[in-house]
Amino acid sequence: MADVSDREQKLEGVGSSRKRKEDARFICGQGSYVDDIKLPGMLFGGIVRSPYAHARIKSIDKSKALEVPGVVAVLTADDLKPVNLHWMPTLGGDVQAVLADKKVCFQLQDVAFVLANDRYAAADGVDAVEVEYEELPAIVDPKKALAPDAPVIREDIADKDNVGHGPRTHPNHIFTWEAGDKAGTDAVFANAPVTVREEILNPRVHPCPLETCGCVASFDKVRGQLTVYMTSQAPHLVRTVVAMLSGIPESKIRIVGGDIGGGFGNKVPVYPGYVAAIVASIVTGVPVKWIESRIDNISTTGFARDYHGVGELAADNQGRIKALRFSAIADHGAFNAHVSATKFPAGLFSICTGSYDIPKAYCRVDAVFTNKAPGGVAYRCSLRVTEAVYLIERMIDVLAQKLNIDKAEIRRRNFVRSEQFPYTTAFGWTLDSGNYHAALDKVLKAVDYAGLRREQAEKRAKGELMGIGISTFTEIVGAGPTKVCDILGIGLFDSCDIRVNPTGSAIARLGTMSQGQGHATTYAQIIATELGLPSEEIQIEEGDTDKAPYGAGTWGSRSTPVGGAAAARAARKIKDKAKKIAAHLLEVGEADLEWDVDRFRLKGNPTEAKTMKEIAMAAHTSNLPEGMEQGLDGTEYYDPPNMTFPFGAYVCVVDVDKFTGETKVRRFYALDDCGTRINPMIIEGQIHGGLTEAFAVAMGQAVPFDENGNHLGNSLMDYFLPTAVETPKWETDFTVTPSPHHPIGAKGVAESPHVGGIPCFSNAVIDAFAHLGVTHMDMPHTSFRVWQRCKAHGLNKR
Amino acid sequence: MAKKQAVSFKLNGKEVDVLVEPRELLIHTLREKLQHTGPHIGCETSHCGACTVDLNGMSVKSCTVLTVQCQGAQLLTIEGLAQGGVLHALQEAFHLDHALQCGYCTPGMITRAYRLLKENPNPSEEEIRYWMAGNLCRCTGYQNIVKAVRSAAMKLSAQAAA
Repeated sequence: MADVSDREQKLEGVGSSRKRKEDARFICGQGSYVDDIKLPGMLFGGIVRSPYAHARIKSIDKSKALEVPGVVAVLTADDLKPVNLHWMPTLGGDVQAVLADKKVCFQLQDVAFVLANDRYAAADGVDAVEVEYEELPAIVDPKKALAPDAPVIREDIADKDNVGHGPRTHPNHIFTWEAGDKAGTDAVFANAPVTVREEILNPRVHPCPLETCGCVASFDKVRGQLTVYMTSQAPHLVRTVVAMLSGIPESKIRIVGGDIGGGFGNKVPVYPGYVAAIVASIVTGVPVKWIESRIDNISTTGFARDYHGVGELAADNQGRIKALRFSAIADHGAFNAHVSATKFPAGLFSICTGSYDIPKAYCRVDAVFTNKAPGGVAYRCSLRVTEAVYLIERMIDVLAQKLNIDKAEIRRRNFVRSEQFPYTTAFGWTLDSGNYHAALDKVLKAVDYAGLRREQAEKRAKGELMGIGISTFTEIVGAGPTKVCDILGIGLFDSCDIRVNPTGSAIARLGTMSQGQGHATTYAQIIATELGLPSEEIQIEEGDTDKAPYGAGTWGSRSTPVGGAAAARAARKIKDKAKKIAAHLLEVGEADLEWDVDRFRLKGNPTEAKTMKEIAMAAHTSNLPEGMEQGLDGTEYYDPPNMTFPFGAYVCVVDVDKFTGETKVRRFYALDDCGTRINPMIIEGQIHGGLTEAFAVAMGQAVPFDENGNHLGNSLMDYFLPTAVETPKWETDFTVTPSPHHPIGAKGVAESPHVGGIPCFSNAVIDAFAHLGVTHMDMPHTSFRVWQRCKAHGLNKR
Repeated sequence: MAKKQAVSFKLNGKEVDVLVEPRELLIHTLREKLQHTGPHIGCETSHCGACTVDLNGMSVKSCTVLTVQCQGAQLLTIEGLAQGGVLHALQEAFHLDHALQCGYCTPGMITRAYRLLKENPNPSEEEIRYWMAGNLCRCTGYQNIVKAVRSAAMKLSAQAAA
């Protein structure tokens, strides 16, 4: 047995906390991020941006800019028109101006692209371009977008009664999306003994990865080939979009991801800067670099959320939920660039029944245009899942308070029970697996929940504020089954191509794209366990579309559920062939063989065996079964049969200073169940990071505007990114409930702590005021806002 | 465009001479003229610390230092931390304690921690959090960074005692 466990350990396969392969280059400053790329003759692009949120462009005068030393050219919409690239399609089914065409619809919208020899000259050139505007009234509040007299933001589509997702009712209306049984839900509400209603706001936030977006576009005129190095979480989809846009054959376009300094959803879409740089390179025939500033990043690319909703629950007197109803106005900004699967314009919002057995449900989302930046990415979550989980995890607390039922107990009463899986929700999702009661009980015991409630009661008696937040969320990740999930018509499968070398090392290429998740480490572990080859000798490559097979990229925690499944199944194809070779070499039938960690051995005589390394060599010789080709390769394009549904139980304890409004997170305990655990060290790191981003969203992040659409906080001076000082200490725990349909039972984890963490913080802060009858406080819970709440209740008097 | 100026300084122990406009920022000189792309640009407003380098024995954010201010200076960047092919204790600890994910903040983070440990060889966890607050990380939640700085501190003091 010692031999077996030794051999298993040497593989460093699934379950091993092996150290990361990626680290060596990063700790030495040898990463290769897009701004590190320098090509001969490269020009630098700078963008002239609109100071107004809504205005007509009366004229653009380039002459002074062209006199600036180092400036080579200035491109405007009129220059892009001849190649038909002044507008581009969006991932939301709309179109978006690459460079503003006659009018600007949000502040800092791209108006002109200045090409210069270096970034200083480009900045000088940007300052020297003179644009004359005629300011128009702006819409900032999405609730006012559909007023009869509201200014029309999108004149270019004013006459269209449909922009891809059903009928429009107003020039500023994008779509109405509904799900569930409206009549049935309304009937339950009409007769329910108890109902609760609360406004649920997910304010506009930004993922703000530490590296901004950027690219280096290089068009080789002689060969007709376009290479783009870019910060993309989905390089293959980008290649397809660029081919559609440019008319260059897709085979002559190469997108290279390189190292990416964090994405969190911000690096999924195609932005005007990328397109402008590509056009500029095609026009000039030299490479063109464009790198966003931080202010441009927060102001113009990939915001998230901006969901203004009303949630309702109907229940019996014991707190058992009978129906859920939700409606929201979704602020999509000036163009519908929301990232969403074609059939799900409001993303996966309908996961909003959460971990609970709710018989009837209905939701409706109305998306509108406003004079704000487009984007609508999923900030460390799947599409609209944070919004959905925030809704249900807040509402169940509101219901508990109304009925005076403990917030843990009300969850227990409503959980889908473990024997109910697979469980189909009122919206039609089939939750594949779960064990919610066990997870919650483990957490409550670990934090001494009863003791915390006793302490809270004592503190309240003394006039002190302490809050206990609970979140028992279910996530939906791993988009997704191609029957229901596509973007621009392309199914959201993913892929893996493995080649085993004669000496038993291997290279695997996948259609996903790491931005820090550690794919080079973890994919190798999956393959190591499947093939019995050491993960150390398995090289992983992603992100270069000339090398990797086609895939939809890394977002929505889809890498493990989809890419990881492809890796396991590609390896199994190799293993099937290896078994045939082993049987041939041992001169026995395949049925006489069994797998043993890293080898096939003869049943009943384990010394008669062929290791995978021996088989790899044999696969490259003439000593093969009759008719078998040489080589030991496997490719899998994996179309998942279902999404995966990771879940968790979190508890957060906060102490609120009633005189200053300062909220201190005393304790945060997070139990996650992501199914089979590939690398516990990396999982824990992901949870730390996701919780920190949840903390940021709940406690400080918002992208505010004044009534004219001016940004009021778009640098790191204002936009809250927690430092090591504010960030709480995290305690992590786990249970393991494998996904029954995933080849290795894994579910994905990176976004769970973000999605489940945000309502946990909100629930904790609001719980601190629950004894005063408070059920509503909007995020972010900054000290000032919490202090205002204290003041409203007269708590801040000494 | 103003007249270019010649500036000389020591970068990771080697003399370098550059010709720069007076307005040129140190981070751009390092990255674009001197091929030291370890320090990164994250905000250009001194908030994120991705561009942190060591200037005359002080941590500075090289996005808000002019290159012309560095005449005669001693500069240390992430590229200069490993000695004779041996990683610095901090580099090793960041790897062993999983203190990095996307890697973008890592060079600035390690360079800052290097100065921290020079000034305070045995910092408490709270001191590490406070002294590293000028460097932002979006991936790790800092917990493992704090752990790595602690373990490097212990390793370095053990080495010093030996």
